[in-house]
Amino acid sequence: MGTPANDIDRLVKREYKEGFVTDIDSETLPPGLDESVVRFISEKKSEPEFMLEWRLKAYRHWLTLTEPQWAHVHYEPIDYQAISYFSAPKDKDGLNSLDEVDPKLLETYEKLGIPLEEQKVLAGVAVDAVFDSVSVKTTFREKLAEVGVIFCSISDALHEYPDLVKRYLGSVVPAGDNFYAALNSAVFSDGSFVYIPKDVRCPMELSTYFRINAMNTGQFERTLIVADEGSYVSYLEGCTAPMRDENQLHAAVVELIAMEGAQIKYSTVQNWYPGDEHGRGGIYNFVTKRGACRGRNSKISWTQVETGSAITWKYPSVLLEGDDSVGEFYSVALTNNWQQADTGTKMVHIGRNTTSTIISKGISAGHGQNAYRGLVKVLNKADKARNYSQCDSLLLGDRCGAHTFPYMEVKNPTAQVEHEATTSKISDDQLFYCRQRGLSEEDAVSMIVNGFCKEVFKELPMEFAVEAQKLLEISLEGAVG
Amino acid sequence: MFEAAQQAYVNTYKGIAPDLPGGSVPWVRRVRDSGLSRFREIGFPTPGDEDWKYTNVRPIAKQSFAPALNGHNGIDFTQIEILKDNRLGSCRCVFVNGHFAPRLSNLDQLPRGVAVMSLSDALNHRADELENELGRCVPNKLHGFAALNTAFLADGAYIRVGPDCDLECPIELVYVSTGDGDQPQVSYPRNLAILDSGSRAVIMERYLSLGQGRYLTNAVTEIVARTSAQVDYYKLQEESTDAFHVGGLFVNQHRDSTVTTNNIAIGGAIARTDLHVTLNDVGARSNLNGLYIGMGRQHIDNHTQVDHRAASCTSSEFYKGVLSGRSRAVFHGRVVVHQDAQKTDAQQQNNNLLLSRDAEIDTKPQLEIYADDVKCSHGATIGQLDPNSIFYLQSRGIDETTARGLLTYAFANDVINRFAIESIRNELEHHLTRTLLHGKHVEAQA
Repeated sequence: MGTPANDIDRLVKREYKEGFVTDIDSETLPPGLDESVVRFISEKKSEPEFMLEWRLKAYRHWLTLTEPQWAHVHYEPIDYQAISYFSAPKDKDGLNSLDEVDPKLLETYEKLGIPLEEQKVLAGVAVDAVFDSVSVKTTFREKLAEVGVIFCSISDALHEYPDLVKRYLGSVVPAGDNFYAALNSAVFSDGSFVYIPKDVRCPMELSTYFRINAMNTGQFERTLIVADEGSYVSYLEGCTAPMRDENQLHAAVVELIAMEGAQIKYSTVQNWYPGDEHGRGGIYNFVTKRGACRGRNSKISWTQVETGSAITWKYPSVLLEGDDSVGEFYSVALTNNWQQADTGTKMVHIGRNTTSTIISKGISAGHGQNAYRGLVKVLNKADKARNYSQCDSLLLGDRCGAHTFPYMEVKNPTAQVEHEATTSKISDDQLFYCRQRGLSEEDAVSMIVNGFCKEVFKELPMEFAVEAQKLLEISLEGAVG
Repeated sequence: MFEAAQQAYVNTYKGIAPDLPGGSVPWVRRVRDSGLSRFREIGFPTPGDEDWKYTNVRPIAKQSFAPALNGHNGIDFTQIEILKDNRLGSCRCVFVNGHFAPRLSNLDQLPRGVAVMSLSDALNHRADELENELGRCVPNKLHGFAALNTAFLADGAYIRVGPDCDLECPIELVYVSTGDGDQPQVSYPRNLAILDSGSRAVIMERYLSLGQGRYLTNAVTEIVARTSAQVDYYKLQEESTDAFHVGGLFVNQHRDSTVTTNNIAIGGAIARTDLHVTLNDVGARSNLNGLYIGMGRQHIDNHTQVDHRAASCTSSEFYKGVLSGRSRAVFHGRVVVHQDAQKTDAQQQNNNLLLSRDAEIDTKPQLEIYADDVKCSHGATIGQLDPNSIFYLQSRGIDETTARGLLTYAFANDVINRFAIESIRNELEHHLTRTLLHGKHVEAQA
């Protein structure tokens, strides 16, 4: 029988297993940010002229913005001049197959449990791996190309499909949308680009793995997914970083566009380094994610499992522009030790008969602070809009916090908007029931927590669901007493 | 923003402060000065303030309001229906434009151990008794309106219910504003109620207008409920739709006390109420009931905050809103469970009925929880009348307009049904019948 004291000991000793550093030759810009850095990045990637203009415009706008202060998180101010805005493994040019990739890099990905080689065969998952700032290799590109699906790094897309990128980049999250999005627009170095043509059901799950390796770098990646009429795509995203005492900034932007009848399913398992048990180090995950349901009957579904990062600040949103469009948000956010999360969603109902569902599960342990912040907005013309939100919080320990800040703005008398939130701890009755069935306390808690998150996990693709469940178990290990 | 208007208040203060009641008492002057300096520091709230995101006070801030004078000659008080007979059988304090009107008041039936008087009298004659009480419940960092009220506090009611006194008759505070005069006026009602241990009382505040003129009521009420005290508090705000009302109600609760606040907002062009309840000691219980009905171009904003600072306290909040025309309502309900406030039970519910195309509701329930052994939940809904229910009534031969009226009435009446005092319930039911069942509300929807 595990006593609470033992459990906590074990928790303290648990290591972030993705916390290794890869010793790899990389080309890193000295810290600092000015126009020349923006120009350098653009030039380095030999981008078309319009991109440089776009970046510079974003940079100039960023200078006029101030960091948002409204989130329920606390941290030392970030010195944006102390961050390096570009870091890339050397010798990347001219890769034709995985064999040519630096073996150390491949090793890294293997340690992370994403064997690019193996996955090719077994899982049939196409992976775009982003290491520090640049995309390392996109697997399965050819196979996808057969059905017309474009899946490549955004730098490649800028060369090969500049018109597509130009048309959609920034159309959902404008370059000046918010402080972090503007910064990202100015200095983003890579990311993924996906285009699914009309009436194509993407034959496999697409996935990106993000990795921050170098010290004092920020990672600013940009993902753009366009699903043309009647198409379907499921996209997965995973993230890890080495253990360091400094905080590192990750400010990504993800844009999704769903045309008439199209469906995008976007799943994230975020496991950036959360800092140690004293709250030292860890990633600041300040991310802007937004999707637009442009056409009738389109659907965008966000699923996220957030277990990492020292601070998470992220609100995957859906603009429901097309009539009958559907937005979904399923989230599990866990904060342990000194982690802080302020996460949630925005559902903006613009078209008629639009529907949105929000299921958010927050788990707080240790000194973790977990906030749900969400907006449901029904505009005047959005007749018969329907929203259902449910936000549940589970508290494990008496020094953590769980907060709920839903905003509901309704301007249409035919709208139905419902919000429900509960906060509680695992009840002694539940524990007792499991214990008397012979489960250890740890297993019992794990089982109850899993049950608590089930609604969200069932939305994840199979392999991810298993991973998420394991991740939760590890992250929570011993947090119970 | 609004520098000129703010400066005008500062200038007025310099002019009249020495002549306000208790102006010779050092601590009273200190309290007022601190209110003014706080106001100078923060000014009027702007939409940039998270707590004022949905309520723009520009119409109030840009206008210069003169302090309402103590003169109510030439007013025919028979016009005021509520003053004609006393259906509640209450002890009554009437205030005209914020000033105590002894001739209209009735304080004869007070039992021993209970003091009800105007705040100006209390400041002039019983200042010592108030020194450690006045202003204690108002949070320091609150908005500029509360600071202004503190700066200009002069009159209102001082209620003291002694230990173990069970006050049978309700205490009724009636604030009548005439809305006349050459310049729009502002009044600063300030009430302080202290309920000593084991005492019990019913307190009702009413705010109403005589005319249609524009004016501002900036009110603050403080309630202290000591050990095991029980308070049933009602606020009925039915000022004219040209008037502005900014009110604050601040409740401090001690061990095993029970305070039920019932807050009805029907009037005002812009009506904002801040309700803060602090549960300071174990076993305290707070019920917060509220009803807001917006019509025309009204803007009604209710901000509530419940602070669970001690273990084993209970709070239960139930607010409903009915909106038609181009009205807009804001509900912000915040529940904070502080560290070590274990065994907290906090429930909150906000339901809204949106009846017209141009009405708007912005609701923001919030839970902030720093203890683990708690049961907290909140729910919010925004919707309209159930078509099946309307059809059901129609199939029974009731025309659609009446059916809608009935259902709207039933929706709102849920709140009134929670009121403990029958006479108050009856009066409000009449009120609802007039406004929701037979009133403009129904016509506007049909």
